[in-house]
Amino acid sequence: MGQMTTKSPKRKSVSYSKWGYFFIAPFFIIFTIFQFIPLISTFYNSFFQNYRVGLQQIGPKFVGFANYIAIFSNADVPTYALNTMIVWVLGFIPQILIALLLAVWFTSFRLKLKGQVFFKTVIYMPNLIMAAAFSMLFFTLFSDAGPVNMIMQSLHIVNTPYRFLTMTGATRGLIATMNFLMWFGNTTILLMAGIMGIDPNLFEAAQIDGAKSHQMFFRVTLPLLLPILVYVVITAMIGGIQMFDVPQILTNGGGTPNNTTMTLIMYLNKHLASKNFGMAGAVSVLIFFATAILSIIVYRMLVTNYKQFSRQKPGKSNIKKVKV
Amino acid sequence: MSNKEAGTGAKALLTFTRILCYIFLVLLTVLCLFSFYILIINSTRANSEIQKGFSILPGKFFLMNLNGLLADANIPILRALGNSLFISALTAVFTTYFSAMTAFGLHIYNFKFKKFAFSFILLVMMVPTQVSTLGFIQLITKMGLMNTFYPLIIPSIAAPIVFFFMFQYLASVLPQEIVEAARVDGSNEFNTFNTIVLPIMKPALAVQAIFSFVTSWNNYFVPALIINSKNNKTIPILIAQLRSADYMKFDLGKVYIMICVAIIPLLIVYIFLSKFIIRGVTLGSVKG
Repeated sequence: MGQMTTKSPKRKSVSYSKWGYFFIAPFFIIFTIFQFIPLISTFYNSFFQNYRVGLQQIGPKFVGFANYIAIFSNADVPTYALNTMIVWVLGFIPQILIALLLAVWFTSFRLKLKGQVFFKTVIYMPNLIMAAAFSMLFFTLFSDAGPVNMIMQSLHIVNTPYRFLTMTGATRGLIATMNFLMWFGNTTILLMAGIMGIDPNLFEAAQIDGAKSHQMFFRVTLPLLLPILVYVVITAMIGGIQMFDVPQILTNGGGTPNNTTMTLIMYLNKHLASKNFGMAGAVSVLIFFATAILSIIVYRMLVTNYKQFSRQKPGKSNIKKVKV
Repeated sequence: MSNKEAGTGAKALLTFTRILCYIFLVLLTVLCLFSFYILIINSTRANSEIQKGFSILPGKFFLMNLNGLLADANIPILRALGNSLFISALTAVFTTYFSAMTAFGLHIYNFKFKKFAFSFILLVMMVPTQVSTLGFIQLITKMGLMNTFYPLIIPSIAAPIVFFFMFQYLASVLPQEIVEAARVDGSNEFNTFNTIVLPIMKPALAVQAIFSFVTSWNNYFVPALIINSKNNKTIPILIAQLRSADYMKFDLGKVYIMICVAIIPLLIVYIFLSKFIIRGVTLGSVKG
């Protein structure tokens, strides 16, 4: 692409390649200062005992892997990792299934559903809502004397208030419901773009061959949509590991009842807020590795995608269809 | 004959399927809007009314509740709105401008570390900021920037996901020739970027500005750890404060109206820009 500018002694032109560094410098300087160095120092901190008891500062003192052993030996991290996973799965299963269903419906030439713009607008909306406020809203709605209990009592579904937030299943269910509501619209739109990127001739050919709609879905749509599905699942997992705002606000940071809704990042936040930097470091490093493994999968998909894309002629609008 | 019957049969089946689809979609719509409906209704009702029971119709206490909230000295809501607006707006400007700049640098020029730089950004794209927050807080403390807005704004210059979106967009709209033509006209490279490339990128800039504004507006984790004075609090921090206060003693009208303040402004913007925003989601597939 830019070879002309770098290797053209005849044209007596200046080399512009140095400008590349100028343009990318702000990004890399800021990234290094505010993300890369902090990441290294987080790793470093994880090997030190460093916390406060009241006014007394303990450490920093090098303790090797003691922090890691500590977070595993009292089962904190395994429990909270499991909580995070359970709540994520509870929300993600309906999210992906309904998103897939809606994406197929919205793109179906046979159904030709009307009012799509309206439905898409509505289902995407919760994605933009402040998670903290949404969670506060759910807390108010589902509190013992809240509107949901009032409605249930007036319909005689229950006689005494159902105490949602004292029950593990109900609390996890509420968090999962919020996550589901916040993300299924987004997933629907991504999957729709994926389906619309599939060559329409394939659907036509299948139709001519007499394929029924479920055959069309399982034999044509699903296999061709697989890369995007994998991408959606992996990025949703990375998002799931970061689950914080919703359970934090709903349970006031307590992970109630009895720590069953405490997520990994809530645990990290607890240590950060109480300035137990050693433990916070160890938790951070673990979360880093969990997300790093998933990130590498996304990276490989993006790179393959990028290579395919750069082989295409520039200037064509097919970039818009190129999804991971 | 039989063919025709099969045709009408198929047609009936299609209508039936369609009706089922609509019923399902309406149910989902109700599920999505239900909580916001109660929010808006209850924000217009007095505390005593709310505690008596639920009503389908709005009350007449919206302004009363709003005034009550504004008068509450413990909840500096206007201040928080201003703070949130300031931080989010600057974040949106910084993120979009510098991401476009990085994308331009990596798209147009060939230099030694180009490939490395590109791969590096893609590699770190998905790593969440939470994992380096510990080091970040220590750094900010050392810099003496705790309880200021700088640590919430400046780091947004390096936004890998926004960069990737800009890069893809740029690759589809900006041929090398435009930059070369500008050179022939004697334009300095930085000038070319600001006066020729940025206007071409307007649609992408607008979409990403909206998304980064929203992300920053809703951000809770890092600000809650950085901000500690009453006057510097942002909306999500106030919401958390509301949750940790003794809930039972609260005027519920005030609680609802405050959630409204956090949610409704964005909702109104969304209603106007929804088409544009939804198209943006599709374009930048690396969100989520």
